[in-house]
Formats: sequence, C-alpha cells, structure tokens
Amino acid sequence: MSTETVNPRTEPSRWSKIWNSNMGYSFRKNPVAIFSMAVFLIIAVSAFFAPLIAPYDPYDPASIDIMNSEYPPFWVSGALPEFSLGTDDQGRDLWSTILYGTRLSLLIGICAVALQAFLGISIGLIAGYVGGRVDSLLMRLADIQLSFSTLMVAIIFLAVTQAMFGSETFNQYAVYFLIAVIGVAEWPQYARTVRATVLAEKKKEYVDSARVLGFGPGRIMVRHILPNSLSPIFVISTVQVANAIISEASLSFLGLGMPPSQPSLGSLISSGFDYIFSGSWWITAIPGIVLVVLVLVINLLGDWMRDVLNPKLYKG
Amino acid sequence: MKDMAVQSPLLEIKGLEKRFDLDQGFLETVKFKGGRITRETRSVHAVNNVTLDVNRGEALCVVGESGCGKSTVARLVAGLLTPSAGEIYYEGQRIDDLSRGEIQPLRKKIQMIFQNPYASLNPRMTILQALEEPVRHHNPKFSAAEVRDKVTEVMMSVGVDPTWIKRYPHEFSGGQRQRIAIARALTVDPEFIIADEPISALDVSIQAQVLNLMLEAKESRGLTYLFITHDLSVVEHFGTRVAVLYLGTVCEVADTATLFSNPKHPYTKALLSAVPQLKDDRPNHIRLKGEIPTPINLPQGCPFQSRCIFANDRCKSEKPRAIHQPDGSTVACHALEEGRLDADAPGL
Ligand SMILES: Nc1ncnc2c1ncn2[C@@H]1O[C@H](COP(=O)(O)OP(=O)(O)OP(=O)(O)O)[C@@H](O)[C@H]1O
Ligand code: SF4
Ligand SMILES: [Mg+2]
Repeated sequence: MSTETVNPRTEPSRWSKIWNSNMGYSFRKNPVAIFSMAVFLIIAVSAFFAPLIAPYDPYDPASIDIMNSEYPPFWVSGALPEFSLGTDDQGRDLWSTILYGTRLSLLIGICAVALQAFLGISIGLIAGYVGGRVDSLLMRLADIQLSFSTLMVAIIFLAVTQAMFGSETFNQYAVYFLIAVIGVAEWPQYARTVRATVLAEKKKEYVDSARVLGFGPGRIMVRHILPNSLSPIFVISTVQVANAIISEASLSFLGLGMPPSQPSLGSLISSGFDYIFSGSWWITAIPGIVLVVLVLVINLLGDWMRDVLNPKLYKG
Repeated sequence: MKDMAVQSPLLEIKGLEKRFDLDQGFLETVKFKGGRITRETRSVHAVNNVTLDVNRGEALCVVGESGCGKSTVARLVAGLLTPSAGEIYYEGQRIDDLSRGEIQPLRKKIQMIFQNPYASLNPRMTILQALEEPVRHHNPKFSAAEVRDKVTEVMMSVGVDPTWIKRYPHEFSGGQRQRIAIARALTVDPEFIIADEPISALDVSIQAQVLNLMLEAKESRGLTYLFITHDLSVVEHFGTRVAVLYLGTVCEVADTATLFSNPKHPYTKALLSAVPQLKDDRPNHIRLKGEIPTPINLPQGCPFQSRCIFANDRCKSEKPRAIHQPDGSTVACHALEEGRLDADAPGL
C-alpha cells in the first residue's frame, strides 16, 4: 500500500525558499549587504568574463607595444582614447590588465581557500569526532602551524622554490605554488572552527542515534555532523577568501608571486610602484583601489553573514 | 528447573560499573596536599555494581532520582559507552567488548529511543532521508521500492502520515517527532528497545498517546523494553518489572504489582509514598532528610545511609548485598535482612 499521493501544498522552488528564509529576509533589510553583494558581483562577473570584455589581451605580447607605455587615464590630459584607464609601464592597456589581474587574484583566492577548507574541515572533523590523542596531536600541529605567520611561511617556501627551480619554471607554475602555499598555511583556522562545532554537535542525541543504528564514523562525520556545522564554515570562508587575496597580493608585491607577464592585482601594483614618483601614479593606484574595494566588500559580506548565521562566533 | 534454563534472560547485566574521570589532563591530576605533590584523579561513580536481567517480552522499568545513573545504564547497554567494569550479555553473548564490526548484527536487534525528540533527529535531514538511511544501511540488497515500502510501513504503524515524508523535523510537533524517532528505531526490526525517558520531554496530553504507541509496538512486534523513567505512574502503566536505582546502585528489583503493593527497601518506600499527591502532607508521607552524597565521594557502605532512618553502624561500613525475597523481588538492605524494618520507624 504505497500511497504515492503528491503533497497538495506546492513545493516552493529552491530559490524562493532561500529568498524567503531568515537569511534572505535579513539580506533584503540590510543595505550594506545588498550594496556589497552588488559590487562583489560586478567585480566577479566582469573578471570572470575578462576575455570577452577586455579590449586587449594583456598576455599576448603581439598586442603590446612598448611605445604605448605610461599613457594616463582618460580624465588626465594627454590620454589616448583607445586606452580608457591608461597604460602601464610595458604599454599594456590598464583596463584589460586589471580585468585579467582581478580574475587571477579571485581565482587564486578561491582555490587557496578551497584547499584550506578541504584540509581544515577534514582535520577538524577527525580531531573533534575521534578525540583523545588524535585530537591532541592534530591540534598541536595546528598550533605549530599558526605560530608561523602565513607570510613568513609563504616567503620562505616561495623563495626556496624560486631558487630551486629558477625563475623561468617558477613563473610558469606560480599560480599553483601560490594556491598551495596559501592553502596549506591557513588550514588551522578551519580546523579549529570545525573542531569546536563538532565537539558541540557530537553531544547531541542525533549523533548517538546514528551510532546506535550502526553507522560508521565516516558516515556520521560527513553525512550527519558536517551538514550541521556549515554556518561557521561559510562565515570563515568569506573572511578567508579576503585574506587569501591579500596574501597573494602581498606576495606578488614582494616579487614572490605572479610574474609581471601574467599580472595579478598585486604584481600590477608592484610593477607600478617604481613609476609613482615619475608621475605615472595610475599604474599602482587604480589596481590598488580595485583590490581594496574587492577585499572590503568580501569582508562586509562576511560580517553580515556572521551576524545572521552565528551571532556568537568570534570573527576568525 | 528445566524451565528456568530454557527461559534464560534476553539481556544480562553483571556487576556493571561506570566511572567518568573528571580530571582529564595530566596537570589537572597533580595536586598539592599536605606539603607534598601527589597525583590523583577524581571520578564520578555513575554506575556501581549493577546486576540486572531483562527477560524476553517484558518491559523492565528503571526508576530513580535525577542523576542516579539511569541514562548511563541505558547508554552502556546501547554500546554508546564502554563499562569501567562488569559484563553485558545479550542472548548469552557478551556484547560490551565487541569491535564496531562485530557489533553490527546486534545494531539491528538493539535500538534506542532518546529523551529529547528535538535533538534526536538530524535537523538537516528530511524524514524520508532519516528513515531510509538505516533501512539501506542494514539491507544493502533492498531495491528502492522495498526501502520505500519499509519506510511507509513504519510510518503507518506509528501513526504519522506517510505523505509528510519530504518535510524536515522542525516542521513537526514534539509528539510527532517522537513518533518519527520510534519509527526510525523500528525500521531495522529490532527485538530489544532501550527507551531513555522517551516521554518526559513531551506535553502531558501527548505522553499517554506515545506510551500507548510503544505498548502497541510491544504487542505487535514482540518487543522487549528497557524503559528508563522517573515517573512512577508511567511505571505502573507500562512496566512488568521495576528496578529502583539510587546513586548508581540497584536497591530493589520486583514485579510491578509486588513493588507497588509491598515495597521493601526504605528508599522504594519513600519514593512510592511521594507518588500520588506530591504536595500534600499526609501523615504517612516519608520525607527524605539528609544530604544526597555526590557520586564523586561515594560513602562506604550503603549509598542510602545518609537519608535512611534505619541506618546503623553496619550500614556505614558494609555494602548491602542483593538478596532474593520469597515474593520474587530482590532487595539490597541490611535492615530487611536483619528483620528490623518492621520495628516502629520514626517517620512512619
Ligand atoms: N559524560 C559524563 N562525564 C562526567 N559525568 C557524567 C557523564 N555522564 C553522566 N555523568 C554523571 O553521572 C551521573 C549519572 O548521570 P545520568 O545521566 O546517568 O543520570 P540520570 O539518572 O539519567 O539523570 P536524569 O534523570 O537527570 O536524566 C551524574 O552525576 C552525571 O553528572
Ligand atoms: S542498608 Fe541500611 S542504610 Fe541502606 S537502606 Fe538498608 S537500612 Fe538503610
Ligand atoms: Mg537521564
């Protein structure tokens, strides 16, 4: 007697569920969140579609003419109409280069955070659920990792790899090195947050119930505890993306990140730095503004999310 | 005698003990005492030397005050905790020291229902997911239709409309959630159910319904219950036998009728005299005086001595043993053994 009657109440679509949820409501009531989300989407979408939007391809040496270098943006006298935001020291169109650079910065930031999240969530789940010696060992590892600052670890690692492989090879794989080093350096943030929530969730009866039903630890961790630990993970993820973008920019600024031929926002700022005093301030200033705005709106979104999802969580 | 051998208990608990260590880290255990540094760990003696049998088809109720170790006994039997000492046998097989793989077949036979239906269902899973998961896990060969049929069957048997299956637990009331939790335990066709105060978190008007549901399931599925409660009126309605627990020790085990008509242990008497009218001061109402010792510093001798009007020097030094009585009950009390309980008691 399988009664396959369809629920008369029409099931709301996923989108309208989100829109009508607590989170959707507080989003609609919060102008800062709406504004940040809008700015972030504009930056992210235009960066993602950089190859379609950008008038020039900054990676194509054929399209670059060194004679075009250091033209100012359009509102300064002496600008060329075809370079709206001016050109950089190598004669690349700054608007195109910023689009490509933002894409690279976002990509590195998001991939590095994905790596952090994968490492940190796995380690945090195991430490919190298994407990005992495993927990102590993993958390001491996290303490050790945290006691080195991210930048210090990254600088040492990148400088050594650069010296080992030579700049040529290094430049070729710089994206992966950056993702790896930023990803590995900050997993303890995730591990600690996840462990703390797992310790709280583990005491709840639904976990006992799953154990009595005979489910294995892997299933309980991934299918039962993890879905109930997502909100703090979301919150720190936004902050971590902003941090990773900053780390990438700092490393590139120090010459340990993306090479000038494949500029991210950081390396663009860095390459323009030498020309500030010769009057070409825009090569540094405009990508700098983009970077600051990008990081700011991500952090504002993170703040809003933290307030909605978990008022008690300390910003980590 | 032969009948006795055939009727061996379904579950046997022998000398069960559970201690929780309070001081976990090494540094916490180091104490400075009397001019020297010593190491000592304090621990909560939650369950002390509990011996109990549960026969097939009965509902053994465990009663006692809050903190007396009822839940700990339940969780030990369910395998959620490992005993500090003692043994647990199910159908003659020792179950307290099994590995996770070895215990799998028993997970189908022994199930547990929890006190708080707001916490015992995963808030991120729909009812369908929550009910399908155990069926799939224990019957990997089932087809999707068989799984669905099983789920529909248990939903019907606990009286929850199977068309609500796509909803999340927060869309249900407490009583409905507890029904769903019971349904979830029934999905694996268990024979033994441990219920840890399954109705005490529910609205009074719903308690009876859920209790009757559990009684029906007992009849139709031939279940055996280990039923934890602090509510003696529930015991009278539900239990075939009762075990009274005080500070992790069994004071008295008896058939429900025997216990209610002829309680023997001073603590049982006090408990029963407090049942019908909690607030009135009937002359025969036994007021318990004295302090409840904490399970951290258990007294030597009888655990009930600090509140017992019959306590004497022997009670302070020697733990009473459980002794079988002619009417089938088992009581651990020196005064009963010595026959001085019937003497005029100051409070009676
Ligand atoms: N994980 C634990 N760690 C330390 N002490 C514990 C732990 N679990 C229980 N205890 C202690 O063991 C004793 C018995 O607890 P238990 O939960 O079994 O009591 P209970 O009879 O179920 O009480 P209630 O009626 O309140 O549910 C209590 O003193 C409690 O503080
Ligand atoms: S053994 Fe002694 S203290 Fe314990 S209940 Fe009996 S008379 Fe009271
Ligand atoms: Mg309890």
